[in-house]
Amino acid sequence: MNWHHPHRLARRAQATGRVIVAVFAVLLAAFFRLQVLGEDQYAFQSEQNRLRPVDLASLRGLITDRNGVVLADNVPGFTVSLIAPSAESLQVTLERIAPLARLDSAQLQARIQAYQEAPHNPVVVMRDASLEVVSALEERRVAIPGLVVQTEPKRRYPQGELVAHVLGYVSEITESELDSRRFERAKLATLVGRSGLERAYDDRLRGIDGVRFVEVDARGRTIRDHGVFPEGEPQQGEHIRTAIDIELQRYVADVFPEGMRGAVLAMDPRNGDILAMHSAPSYDPNEFIGGIDPDLWRELREAESKPLYNRAIQGIYPPASPWKLVIASMALEQGIVTLDMKMPLRCRGGLQFYNRFFRCWKTDGHGTLTLADAIRFSCDVYFYQLGQQLGVDHLLQRGVELGFGSKTGVDLPNEITPLYPQSKEYFDRRYGPRGWTSAVALNLAIGQGENSQTLINMVRFYSMLANEDGSSPLPRLVPSDRVIRGPRLGIGEEELSGLREALVAVVEGGTAARSRIADLRIAGKTGTAQNSHGPDHGWFMAFAPADDPRIVVGAIVEFAEHGSDVAPMVTNIIARHLLGLESAGDRNFRLVVPSDSAPLPIQILPDTIVQDFTPRDLDASQQPR
Amino acid sequence: MRRNSLDSPLLILTTALVVVGLSTLYSAGQTDFPTIASDMWLRQAGWLAAGIVGAVVIYRVSPHLLDWITPFIYGFAVVLLVLTLFFGSGAGTAAGSRSWIDIGGVHLGQPAEFAKFATILMLARHLAGRRQPHQSLVETVPAGLIVLVPFVLVGLQPDLGSAIVFLGILFAMLFWHGVNPWLLVLLVSPMVSLILAFSTGLWGAWIVSITLLLFWLRPFVAEALVVWGANAFMGVVALGIWQGLAPYQRSRILSFINPEVDPRAAGWNIIQSQVAIGSGGVFGKGFTAGTQKRLAFLPAQYTDFIYSIVGEEFGFVGVLFSLALFVTFLLVLIRIARTAVDPYSSMAVAGIAGMVLTHVVENIGMTVGLLPVAGIPLPFFSYGGSFLIICLISVGMALRVARDARRAGYGVG
Repeated sequence: MNWHHPHRLARRAQATGRVIVAVFAVLLAAFFRLQVLGEDQYAFQSEQNRLRPVDLASLRGLITDRNGVVLADNVPGFTVSLIAPSAESLQVTLERIAPLARLDSAQLQARIQAYQEAPHNPVVVMRDASLEVVSALEERRVAIPGLVVQTEPKRRYPQGELVAHVLGYVSEITESELDSRRFERAKLATLVGRSGLERAYDDRLRGIDGVRFVEVDARGRTIRDHGVFPEGEPQQGEHIRTAIDIELQRYVADVFPEGMRGAVLAMDPRNGDILAMHSAPSYDPNEFIGGIDPDLWRELREAESKPLYNRAIQGIYPPASPWKLVIASMALEQGIVTLDMKMPLRCRGGLQFYNRFFRCWKTDGHGTLTLADAIRFSCDVYFYQLGQQLGVDHLLQRGVELGFGSKTGVDLPNEITPLYPQSKEYFDRRYGPRGWTSAVALNLAIGQGENSQTLINMVRFYSMLANEDGSSPLPRLVPSDRVIRGPRLGIGEEELSGLREALVAVVEGGTAARSRIADLRIAGKTGTAQNSHGPDHGWFMAFAPADDPRIVVGAIVEFAEHGSDVAPMVTNIIARHLLGLESAGDRNFRLVVPSDSAPLPIQILPDTIVQDFTPRDLDASQQPR
Repeated sequence: MRRNSLDSPLLILTTALVVVGLSTLYSAGQTDFPTIASDMWLRQAGWLAAGIVGAVVIYRVSPHLLDWITPFIYGFAVVLLVLTLFFGSGAGTAAGSRSWIDIGGVHLGQPAEFAKFATILMLARHLAGRRQPHQSLVETVPAGLIVLVPFVLVGLQPDLGSAIVFLGILFAMLFWHGVNPWLLVLLVSPMVSLILAFSTGLWGAWIVSITLLLFWLRPFVAEALVVWGANAFMGVVALGIWQGLAPYQRSRILSFINPEVDPRAAGWNIIQSQVAIGSGGVFGKGFTAGTQKRLAFLPAQYTDFIYSIVGEEFGFVGVLFSLALFVTFLLVLIRIARTAVDPYSSMAVAGIAGMVLTHVVENIGMTVGLLPVAGIPLPFFSYGGSFLIICLISVGMALRVARDARRAGYGVG
């Protein structure tokens, strides 16, 4: 029989009708229960009492170092709120407690406005109140209807200045952030990360706030606490274990020259784990908790030494001599040289290129050198010639391929992009097609000119030298199971180990001979970037053990005169990591005379700039309220 | 005959629902502190006018023509849903999901509502083309696919409440088509398993009854295995996986499935809604005089929880009256579906009834705490232009079907 036959339809219509009536009868029964049987109870609740939700702040997840040492945790702080039946009554109460809570009239108005926006929510009067204020308020409780004092978690950074740049800090969410998708679950007064890991992993660290229901009477006094519903339990955010080794970090901070500015970065070349990241000078992130003092904020922001700035990822410096390895690897990859090949022109303390004389740091000259020795003695003339042979086009193209024109993508906010022209068009645009010559290749070849790198970018490059296959991992502060691979050197294993041997020679008997450590074969490269602002910036990039590197350390010390000063510090850091505390050498190194300073770039261009530490304004989002 | 051609019971019931609904929305805006709801009834009146125009237009269109262009309507709806996924935006109480189509920053409408109507037409076309009702689960697959596409697209927005309505439509229409109700039970059984999985005893009883049902119904062996397997999977494996998740992962999943509902706030909303309804008592507090509402205790009182206002201000009497309106409205739709002259019209009107029933039951069930919170609007009451227009267009179509039946001489049989 057809489904559409009238008899079948009639039967079904009847059944449907019965189902509909039954379903509505159930609904009606529910209303009957609420409205007829439960009227008295609900009418009482509605007329006499008011349920008020009181927020229970969730705990932010902990941040620990690789061994579980706590870097960021939570301690109780006091929050004072008021539940008020009307705006007038709130005003009276607020005026009464204003002297105790030290509220000015503008703050008072802000509280009243907050009440008018959400009258059934308690108004937060003070956050992070001191115990004295809280006990003073509690003593006068009778005169303060609707007073709610809650302990609320407060962020604490037990290591203080030590890991400030890595951790960042938190502050209250802003109005505009509240509306954004990123903070869907957040409410007014939720703490959100402002910089560092606190910001990068904010989604995971932030918990879900809970709620407790309090019944208050018409005068705003709490008469019954309904407690927490199962769904209302606050949930703590995820804990995050970083790759940082806090003991190594502390050691780095200890050996970093007192009063100097700069950064040190230690990374495991095999997986990109950042073991230590130090930037000097630093600041105390605990100052930001509960709102930073405006004067201190201005001081931090405007200080000439820029303490808020993470120099490992936000400072760019001419890469100087450590860059020579970039040129060497490019030349090897292109097959222009081998490790024991000599250049046509010997070093006589410089190189005449058309009408200009490009100096070598050693005015007496190095004589004729192989590539390995040129690395060992950091001969500029050798690399001028390599740069010339590679040509500007290739230098720029391959440099970009090796990642020198972009951020590394480390899991921290506000990493800056290094300065490295993408192609020749950069010069054309800046100076006009005829305003520059191929001599820029010579400056580029020794890590000067229009090339400024972040420390983290250079560390990543040295991890390519350290890894057997010439690959680089994505640097990261929070380890994950999967290692993400970045750019690759693309030269043979034999040539790579030759480069490593040359770097070992630098430490054993070359420009960094003083930093040699017994029992450990360390490969490294010093560098000094001359700059027009004062003494040179010192570089030292190293990894060890040379045969099977487990750590790459890069250091830049601003105005440090020479890379050799930096070298002993770095080798000590490596020894501390690989051999333990006792084996680390003397902590007080002598400052020694400069040797392989990379010369200031020759003025080829109308206004060649020596790019050095260029303070940039902090990202607006980093600013706390 | 011309005077008689309009189905006056449906017209009168619709008018009554619209009037009561708009009054309630007006009342929702009357709070001590002005909220965004204060002038919503005026905007809703504008949508009402647009909806009436739409209803008149569809009343003029022959169901045969509609039948013919149904695939295009359905296709258009699917395209809109896909576009919404990529370019959609959130609004109001569902700010976290992408359910709106904007042009030049202006919210134009919610394609999900349009898709409900389009799906009804498409299913009607598909089912009307079959003389015999489905005898096995396999045969329901094409009908299932027609619903699955918009269901998944809407679910991804994510808007679980609206997605559920598509299932309501599917079941209502399959039932109307004469599918054995026990087959429908088998179809939903995995979902029931998922819900019951949290209690071993209940789930055990369920799986035993499903097994017995399978032996009694004797579907194809493969079908039986799939149904049984799906139930077992939902009950055992899903629960195991769920319990193995970290709390934050669970809340991620929950918030993905249903972003409008903050589990923390859900308890609060239900309490406030129940207090509002309960304190209304038998006769209510009087029009616009609800204290819970006035003090802005009621959450989303102009959309999801609008029926709490009916309960608070008109009391049990008002609830009885408005529920009676809905019941009669649905029964009239069923009558029209029964007397329709062609299968397509009959199926379409049955689908419309299914859609309205699902909305009403889920929305009102939520306000009294019988069903979980899933934000879907109450027809003719909740603020929202797209859904009001769709409801009125649906009524327009039902009126046309009723007229054709009368002209053919079936009358009010």
